[in-house]
Amino acid sequence: MTPIEVEIQAIAVVVAVSCALPGVYLVLRRMALMSDAISHTVLLGIVLAFFVTGDLASPLLIFGAAATGVLTVVLVETLRRTRLVREDASIGLVFPALFSVAVVLIARFAGSVHLDTDAVLLGELAFAPFRRLRAGGTDLGPMSLWVMGGILLLNIIFIAALYKELKVTTFDPALAAALGFSPALLHYGFMSVVSITAVGAFDAVGSVLVVSLMIAPPAAAYLLSDRLPTVLVLSAALAAMSALGGFWAAWLADASIAGSMATFAGGTFAAAFLFAPGRGVIAQARRRSRQRIDFAQLMLAIHLLNHEGTPEADEENREAHLGRHLRWRPEFAQKVVRRAEGRAWIVRERDGLLQLTEPGRSAARRALSVEV
Amino acid sequence: MELVRDLFFDYTLRTVALGAGCLGAVSGTLGTFAVLRRQSLLGDAISHAALPGIVLAFLITGSKDTLVLVLGAAVAGWIGTLLVLSVTRATRIPEDSALGIVLSVFFGFGLVLLTYTQTLPTAAQAGLDRFLFGQAATLLMRDVVVIAGLGAIAVLVVALFWKEFKLLAFDREFGASIGFPMRRVEVLLTTVLVVAIVVGLQTVGVVLMAAMVVAPAAAARQWTDALGSMVVLSAGFGALAGVSGAVISASAQNVPTGPTIVLAATVFVLASMAFAPRRGLVWEAVRRRRNRRVIRADAVLEDLYELAGQHRGVAHGHAIAVLETMAGGRRDVRRSLAKLQVRGLAVAQEDGTWSITPAGLEAAERRGRIGADS
Repeated sequence: MTPIEVEIQAIAVVVAVSCALPGVYLVLRRMALMSDAISHTVLLGIVLAFFVTGDLASPLLIFGAAATGVLTVVLVETLRRTRLVREDASIGLVFPALFSVAVVLIARFAGSVHLDTDAVLLGELAFAPFRRLRAGGTDLGPMSLWVMGGILLLNIIFIAALYKELKVTTFDPALAAALGFSPALLHYGFMSVVSITAVGAFDAVGSVLVVSLMIAPPAAAYLLSDRLPTVLVLSAALAAMSALGGFWAAWLADASIAGSMATFAGGTFAAAFLFAPGRGVIAQARRRSRQRIDFAQLMLAIHLLNHEGTPEADEENREAHLGRHLRWRPEFAQKVVRRAEGRAWIVRERDGLLQLTEPGRSAARRALSVEV
Repeated sequence: MELVRDLFFDYTLRTVALGAGCLGAVSGTLGTFAVLRRQSLLGDAISHAALPGIVLAFLITGSKDTLVLVLGAAVAGWIGTLLVLSVTRATRIPEDSALGIVLSVFFGFGLVLLTYTQTLPTAAQAGLDRFLFGQAATLLMRDVVVIAGLGAIAVLVVALFWKEFKLLAFDREFGASIGFPMRRVEVLLTTVLVVAIVVGLQTVGVVLMAAMVVAPAAAARQWTDALGSMVVLSAGFGALAGVSGAVISASAQNVPTGPTIVLAATVFVLASMAFAPRRGLVWEAVRRRRNRRVIRADAVLEDLYELAGQHRGVAHGHAIAVLETMAGGRRDVRRSLAKLQVRGLAVAQEDGTWSITPAGLEAAERRGRIGADS
């Protein structure tokens, strides 16, 4: 690996983790799409701050952008509070409008400057190492690594310091208010952190990647665990994995690193969606089919109990007859009978007659008595 | 004047305005349902999710024909939407997170494909990125025909399934209970929405398409409570935003069309929120102010009534300062008194003091009775 490759990967991992941590709370608070809105409107902040400073490298740009991020949140809430539009619509109204203003301003007044919408929207991580931080002639490494490292630190400090408060306002805002926390203050504090993260990340990797890293790894982690600390750690780990996987895939295919990281982040979510123990689609399907078999065994036991000792038992209590009576396909009936035998609920006599055992009989009786 | 003439006689402007107008009308129509169903941001997700479809359609067919690319976009957008639906149905992931994942991951994947295509030696991919940011100015009459044709199909479907879509928007459970296959209706509506969105992509671009779905419908919602008029109004706002955006951007230098259309639509929303009758914020403020004045005038009348009781005799005048003190030091007592005088409930004496009239006494007594009863 060349030093440039190492640096790009380091930046990618730091960006991914700093997005994923606040992302957990965005997902849990059902505000995931605010990340989409903020990551677009920061463009307006950058443009306005650029008009003030006239310098694209000025750190003021980050503050301008973070301020527009918070402004976006305020505008969305103001619109929603008029009760003339719902929250989803107010997000959909605010961010395209602010983004449009930014695009028009760029086209009209900053056409000659290197501030194009492509770079903003798509980002190019491969160029990040070329902007270096220098102090007194020594090269301290890529600028974005320092900026994003600082932002990651800020995120960790914010979450660690306000862990309890964030947790209670996320899961039970009413309780939080009753306990005397100020959900509004915390909300705006948190959204400022999200904005700063979005700006920093967006500078390095573009706005779309910000959205994918803020939502996909936390959502995947949310399918894997029910505990907040575990979800935080898992989503950071998944984000870092997406960053590394995405980088190498992009490097090999000579494609966009940001896009490739987003694709990998989506891949981790897809994997969790399919394979997560307990909550994944496959686990759900297996649970359903197991429940179906369990229920069928009970039905079989009840059926046998019903006809036990009656004249028609000789006809009814046979595997071949179940298809007609319980509407089971032959393979299914065979499977159910075999399972019930394995569980010692029934025994099959030599002539094929099915007999309940004592455990099977009591299971059937228990089920019937619950029903009555 | 010249602009109006250009609108009819300048080929480019006419084409762009026509295309943008059609697009606005179609997205306005379908946006109504998205907004009512609280799925405003579905438009955003679909437009982003369309990107890999566009690139794949190009990679497979090698053609940059609008219809081919739009079909690819529609397939990808449709798959993305179905994924959102199935993720929200099968897991506890909230809908907004599912939308965000599909939006960003599909777009990221599209970006990978796009950058990968750019490394291919054919170099014929130029022009694909017009879908990213939209280039209304490059619209050809052929594109307008595609927009209008697909848009007409979408609107026709809405007309044919009006009753079903209405049920879906307002009372899905009721629809299911009387035997409509609501899930299939939902898929159909989503499909039409996908078509409406992808035909707009090359005009306003991925990011701004979200606004074309939300803004006209949000504006129309302020003016009416009936679905039919909302759809018509929304289509009208959308078309108007499209045409005016095209005209404004043509009349100024270096003003891109897509963002101008979106800003025009945003202006419609803000104006509707402010001035629409009944719901408008301005009327609301006026109404609140008027109510406050009526209540204050009533309070002053009550004070006068009390004073008249203490001073035996209706004709006894009272200084404004006294009334102001009784009103808690408020300064607008004069205005309230003037109002009462107009209604004939109070009268100014020659020495500048005020007294209650017999009609005022009666009114105050009636109010007191009502107050005591309730």
